[in-house]
Amino acid sequence: MSWFDKIVSKTSLGIKSSKTDEIWFQCGKCNEQIYTAEFVENLKVCVKCNHHYRLNGRERIHLLIDQDTFKECDAEMAASDPLKFKDKKKYKDRLKATQKQGLGHDAMISGSGKLQGHEVELCVFEFNFMGGSMGSVVGEKITRSIERAIEKRSAVIIVSCSGGARMQEGIFSLMQMAKTSCALKNLSDCGLPYISVLTDPTTGGVSASFAMLGDIIVAEPGALIGFAGPRVIEQTIQQKLPEGFQRSKFLLEHGLIDQVIPRAQLKYSLANLLSLLKDLPMPATENTQTL
Amino acid sequence: MVQILDFEKELFAEESQIRELVSLSHMYDSVGDITEEITKRTKKLRRMKREVFAGLDGWQMTRVARHPDRPHMIDYVNHVFKDFQELHGDRRGGYGPSIVGGLAKFDDRSVMVIGQQKGRTAEEKLRRNFGMSQPSGYRKALRLMELAEKFRLPIITLIDTPGAYPGIDAEEKGQSEAIAYNLFKMSGLKTPIIVMIIGEGGSGGALALGVGDRILMLEHSVYSVISPEGCASILWDDKTKVSQAAKALCLTAKELLELNVIDQIVKEPLGGAHRNHRRAAAFVRRALRANFKIIANHSTEEMLELRHEKFRRMGEFTEGEK
Repeated sequence: MSWFDKIVSKTSLGIKSSKTDEIWFQCGKCNEQIYTAEFVENLKVCVKCNHHYRLNGRERIHLLIDQDTFKECDAEMAASDPLKFKDKKKYKDRLKATQKQGLGHDAMISGSGKLQGHEVELCVFEFNFMGGSMGSVVGEKITRSIERAIEKRSAVIIVSCSGGARMQEGIFSLMQMAKTSCALKNLSDCGLPYISVLTDPTTGGVSASFAMLGDIIVAEPGALIGFAGPRVIEQTIQQKLPEGFQRSKFLLEHGLIDQVIPRAQLKYSLANLLSLLKDLPMPATENTQTL
Repeated sequence: MVQILDFEKELFAEESQIRELVSLSHMYDSVGDITEEITKRTKKLRRMKREVFAGLDGWQMTRVARHPDRPHMIDYVNHVFKDFQELHGDRRGGYGPSIVGGLAKFDDRSVMVIGQQKGRTAEEKLRRNFGMSQPSGYRKALRLMELAEKFRLPIITLIDTPGAYPGIDAEEKGQSEAIAYNLFKMSGLKTPIIVMIIGEGGSGGALALGVGDRILMLEHSVYSVISPEGCASILWDDKTKVSQAAKALCLTAKELLELNVIDQIVKEPLGGAHRNHRRAAAFVRRALRANFKIIANHSTEEMLELRHEKFRRMGEFTEGEK
């Protein structure tokens, strides 16, 4: 067994299969029928076409953080509605309805944990919560995570998965871009590492702030990453966009990110990058969990 | 040709009637009641202007902010500053014509002035891409800001943009990174930064010049995370709901001051800056002087601390019951 196989065999999403789950699953990308169990074991990556399906926040934490080491912070933080925003629905009601679905209080989970032994402050998006949009809660949780990292002299990892700023918080959501970027400046001045992980999708105000400010920026294969959404660009320039435009490989080839890393290798790569950045030996792999 | 907004129509009608009266009074110089009438009507016009402009809603304000006759970045450069020397290029292969920047004198001090220029003529609009910058524009702006830092010159940014440019090349050249890096670097520049929104403060493209020590907005400018059109089409699924979207976004200077996002509103001449560029410039000059005085009270360390605090406290949320 190579080191790689060892890692792969030790990463999982912590999903308990239930009797109600469908046994078969049809990949929306390649239309092949695959075993659901196999799909989950393969970290929600299609075994046939390698399409990386979106993970929710808890799955992402399970993927990256050593078992039983994650301590969530600011779990109770929730959006207030400073603008009393109302479109077709009141923002307050939208929030309530989303919170009732058991997706947590907002679009981000943050906390401290160990990534193959490395102390990290981890922020992961919950895309199912209003498209992972960034309002005051997301911005504040990121900023506090950065501040904790400065205090503890640990590393920051942010896994982005967001459509961008949350319009319902208007100017405050725009200001989260400035707030998080200022905090990262402090982190940088302290010589502490920040690795930005871009997953599908990372667009708008999220990409135009902390997501693109990593000391090292890596992306999952096939992730949509960009400032303007493809539809907006198509409408503006009145032409079809080239195949693969704004996908991870496109960004890699345009010099905008450091690496594209398959999900199965992500934890190992992040741990190795941290060891290299901090000039530490690679930490021993530990038995993270089994399914 | 003067563009008249719908809510300005009555004002223009009244104005042209007064002008007629004035020319009549010149023809028959002994008519006393005309002079009296003119004075009365002029007073009434001022009152009307005040009422109309005090009652503008978000969407009307957006249209004033975008008015084609409104003074642009270069107009303020001409009227407020002296000895302007434009500096070009991002030194990374980009020209960045949507953003103009250079050294100038404000009163008797050297400053770096940078801002988006939308363009006045059809030819200039195209060349400037309507003030929607490519990554090179933001990188040029940062280069000039770092130059200012090196020579300890204050930076003044004049923001007027619909937003960043949604185009293929802009994405290829790292639009997101260019904006993000400006936020990152501006938060730590060891020289004072005065930010002034002079027209349209459109989302990330505006914010890329918007991190500073003092954030000012002209009375009839707007600042928003997304345009009312964009917001309407996403949240209402209906492009015509711009008025509701503008209202919901709270994008006017008055609302943003109440929300504690900006520091000060800069007065405009009655009827809007587009009616009198020189007077608008005079208000801008006065505001800059006052804000330079405020900034002068702080050491560089204090200034940076305050700048960080300013953005640190942005946002509202609840912490749940503990």
